[in-house]
Formats: sequence, structure tokens, C-alpha cells
Amino acid sequence: MEGLFFNVDTGFLEGIVRGYKSGTLTQSHYASLAQCETLEDFKTQLSATDYGNFLANEPSPLSTTTIADKATQTLVDQFNFIRSNSVEPLSKFLDYITYGYMIDNVVLLITGTLHERDTHELLERCHPLGIFDTMPALCVATNVEELYQSVLVETPLAPYFRDCLSAADLDDMNIEIIRNTVYKAYLEDFYNYVSTIGSTTADVMHNILAFEADRRTINITINSFDTELTKEQRAKLFPAIGRLFPTGNNALAKADDIDQVRQVCENVSEYRSFFDNSASAQTNGDLGDFGVAAQLEDRFFRMEVHLNKLAFLQQFQYGVFYSYVKLKEQEIRNITWIAECIAQDARDRIHDFIPIF
Amino acid sequence: MGYKTYTSFGLPTFLVIIVALYLLFTDSGEAFDVGRFLEETSPFVWGSLGIGLCIGLSVLGAGWGIFLTGASILGGGVRTPRISTKNLISIIFCEVVAIYGVIMGIVYSSKLQTVPEAQLYTRDNYFTGYALFFGGLTVGFCNLLCGLCVGVAGSTAALADAADPTLFVKVLVVEVFGSVLGLFGLIIGLLMIGNAKEFLPGSPAVSAIRI
Repeated sequence: MEGLFFNVDTGFLEGIVRGYKSGTLTQSHYASLAQCETLEDFKTQLSATDYGNFLANEPSPLSTTTIADKATQTLVDQFNFIRSNSVEPLSKFLDYITYGYMIDNVVLLITGTLHERDTHELLERCHPLGIFDTMPALCVATNVEELYQSVLVETPLAPYFRDCLSAADLDDMNIEIIRNTVYKAYLEDFYNYVSTIGSTTADVMHNILAFEADRRTINITINSFDTELTKEQRAKLFPAIGRLFPTGNNALAKADDIDQVRQVCENVSEYRSFFDNSASAQTNGDLGDFGVAAQLEDRFFRMEVHLNKLAFLQQFQYGVFYSYVKLKEQEIRNITWIAECIAQDARDRIHDFIPIF
Repeated sequence: MGYKTYTSFGLPTFLVIIVALYLLFTDSGEAFDVGRFLEETSPFVWGSLGIGLCIGLSVLGAGWGIFLTGASILGGGVRTPRISTKNLISIIFCEVVAIYGVIMGIVYSSKLQTVPEAQLYTRDNYFTGYALFFGGLTVGFCNLLCGLCVGVAGSTAALADAADPTLFVKVLVVEVFGSVLGLFGLIIGLLMIGNAKEFLPGSPAVSAIRI
């Protein structure tokens, strides 16, 4: 039944976003990019793809940060085009996508202010998809209460900050706790919102958001080993959605080392493979804990790409918009990686990116 | 329970119950007489309603299918302009559904002839009236659902074609099967009025309404 009325408001935009998706770089593109000798070659190769002449006005020598910034700008332009052409409920859905970036920007500004960095420099480092009007006012942060009353209460992030108003002072640990609490509230809110807009969107987005929640749970657990974060505090940061909720979350809240994390993940068939090779590599003595974490991060990215690709197999749902943004971000990370390898002449690791199509 | 449920289900049910109880308690329960309703309603009403539903529902189905397909063709055509010409065939399949409705409307309306009131109510005229109504309803619904089917399939065909040109012909086969549904409706509609004569005046003794 979703196919009968979806095309009234969203048919054109769905066609547009699928067009964007067909322009993402494929294996053959990556192969030709990896063979470039210099960043100028890289730029020429990219101009033959959907990126076009996005680097045309940049003075040489190119830097990889410029490439990353310009590529992100193409994503932002595409997103803004879709956002400005959309109506409810798609416009609200797209707004939800931006809230994640807003949270990152807010935390970046607060942290930067505490370490006394220049306001202007901080504002330039914010992600463009998460910009909101009153952002510069965040740079006068002293404590969360004041921040909330003066700035955040008018932004869409207000309901997410309510739970962490009690954080006493802003130091590095507390800011991470604030970030994770706010993101947890955001993920749960997004999950509930997606359930209201239709069964096909809910099917697709529930899978993606559940994985996101589990990924954050596992990351918080692993990162909190050997820190001052108590187990109760840790448990409060886990989102109440996902395959690991509630038994996995309870077990992870009590975990002390990575083996216990692995045991918890064994219970979920999709996550069993995340820790597989890392166990065997550890016996060889090659990777330490850091290597296991890096491999895990890689596996998480692969799983995320896999789930986002699946979203395109369903028509008449909003998940394609979310998945396109995430896949494009992964692509930008990939081309930045390749550009870095070329610039630093580290060609042995140039193929360490995650291919999408 | 929101306002929508209350007004769309609650209010009509309430009114029906009030009217029924009123009739029952004021000793005029006999006023609810289905047989008398069927005998007294003019066959012209049935016939005209049937023709109206036939063309109306067919056009609804065709229009619905066209906007479903058209939106996707326009969206996909931004990046892949080559799909716009080939995918017009999906629009044509949807349009054909409306043409079926028009054909049946023309065939049915040839049965409508003026007959004076006093000579209208013959057995054959009743038959023609009912046949036109239910034939029109059949054709209309078949075409409505056919139009929807071709529309959704056409929308997917456009997006699949934009992604990979070899897929178009395969999805087109699905659409062809979908469009045959309208043809089935046309055939059955023709069969239903096969034995119906046009409206003819009967002899006065037979055709007056019983009071």
C-alpha cells in the first residue's frame, strides 16, 4: 500500500537520490584513482566522475584537506537540494539526519572553547550539515545549565539535552558523557519517529539504527576499559534499541576486558564475525589491543556499508535518503584515504579502504 | 481513537441506528422495504450509474498509474535522460486502461433509449438496468486496479532502467501481464450485457408500477 501514495510527494526526489547513488564511485574508479602518481592526476581522474570539476578553482599544490572539504561540500549541496524540495514527512526525516551532525558540532565547540581555541577556527571545522543559526553563541560555554538556557533550548536538540543537565562541570570526561547521552537520546528518538512514518521505512531504518546503537554500545564499552568511568555510568550511555538490548547491554555493562565483549557478541549471529580473526591474530602476537580495535572499526564500517546498500533494494521508503548520505560519506573517507596515501607516498596501504559498489 | 475514526465510522453508524430505531418504534418498520426499492427505482438510474462508474473508475485508475510512473520517470531522468523516451511505454499502458473505460462507456450508452414512464417498468428493462450497473462496476474496478498495478510496476521499471539498462525489458514483461487485467474486465463487461436489450417501451398493462 505504500506504493500508492508515496510518489505524490516523494517520487521525484526518490528518482533524484537514486540518480545520485548511481554516480558513486565503483571498484574500477577506485582502481584508476589508486594508480595516480600525484594529486593532480587524482584531480583529473575525479573530474571524469560525477564529482566533475569540483576542484577546478583550487590553487595548486592541492592538499588532501581541500579535497575532503570540497567533496563534503558536493554532498552538502546535494543534500540541500533534496531538503529544499521536500515536504513533510520527508523534510522532518531529513532534519533528523542533520541532528547527528549538530550534536557533533555542539560537542566540538564546547571542547574547543574549554581548551581555549579560536572561535573562528572552530566554526570552520564544524560539519556543514549540522550548522544551525545560534551556533557561535556556544563558544561562551561555562556550564551545561547556562548553555542549555541560552542556546540549546531553541534548537531541535533541546529534548536530548534534558537528561544531562546535571553534569557538574565541563571537563573532557564529562563532555564525552554528555556527547554519548545526547546521542543516545537522539538515536532512540529517531527510532521511534521512523516507526510512525510507515512500515517499509520502519523496516529498513530499524535495521540500520539498531546496528548503529549496537556499534556505539560496543565502542563505549571497549573505550571505557581502564578509565574512570564507573559501570553504572557506562550502562546509562547504552541506547535502549538494537539487537544487544536488553541482555547484551546488561552483560556489556559488567564487562572488564575484550574477551567478555566477544562472548556477548557471539550470541548475536550477525556480530559473531566481528571478533573472529582478531582472536587468531592475537595468538600470533601480531596485534595488540589497539590492533583489535582498529580491525573492529573496519568491520563496523563494512557492516554499515552493507546495511546501507540493502536500503536501495526497497522502493517507496525514506531509508534511501539516509543511506545515500552515509554511503557518500564513506566514499569521501575512501577518496581522502587514497589521496593521503598518494601524498605521503605510502602505496602499500592504498587499498585499505572499504569499497561500496 | 482520533477525530477521523469517530466521524468516519461513528457518526454514520449512529445515524443509521437512530433512523432504524425511529422506524421500529413508530410502527413504520414496513417502510424499510428492499423489494419495493428495487421495483420502484428507475432502470435509468442503474444504467446511468453503471456507465458513470465505468468511465469514472477507469479514468481514476489510469490517472493514478500515470502519476505514479511519471514522478519516477522525471526523477530518474534528471541524471539519466535516456530513460525518458523508453519509459513512455509504461504511460501508454496506463492510458490504455482509460481507453477500455471509454469503449465500454460507448457500448453501454447505446442501450440507453428514451422510454415514457408509464411503459418503463418491464422485466427486460429491469434486466438491462441491472446489467449496465454491475457491468460498469466490474469494468471500472478492474481498470482501477489494473491502472494501479501498471503504475507501480512502471515506477520501478523507470528506476531500474536508470540504474541498469538491461533490466528494462524484464520489468516490462511484468507490466504487460498487469495490463492484461484491464482487458479481462473489458471482456467480462461485454459478456455481462450480451443478453441485455436496449430500453424498450412495454405494453401499458404490463409496465405500470404497482402502487
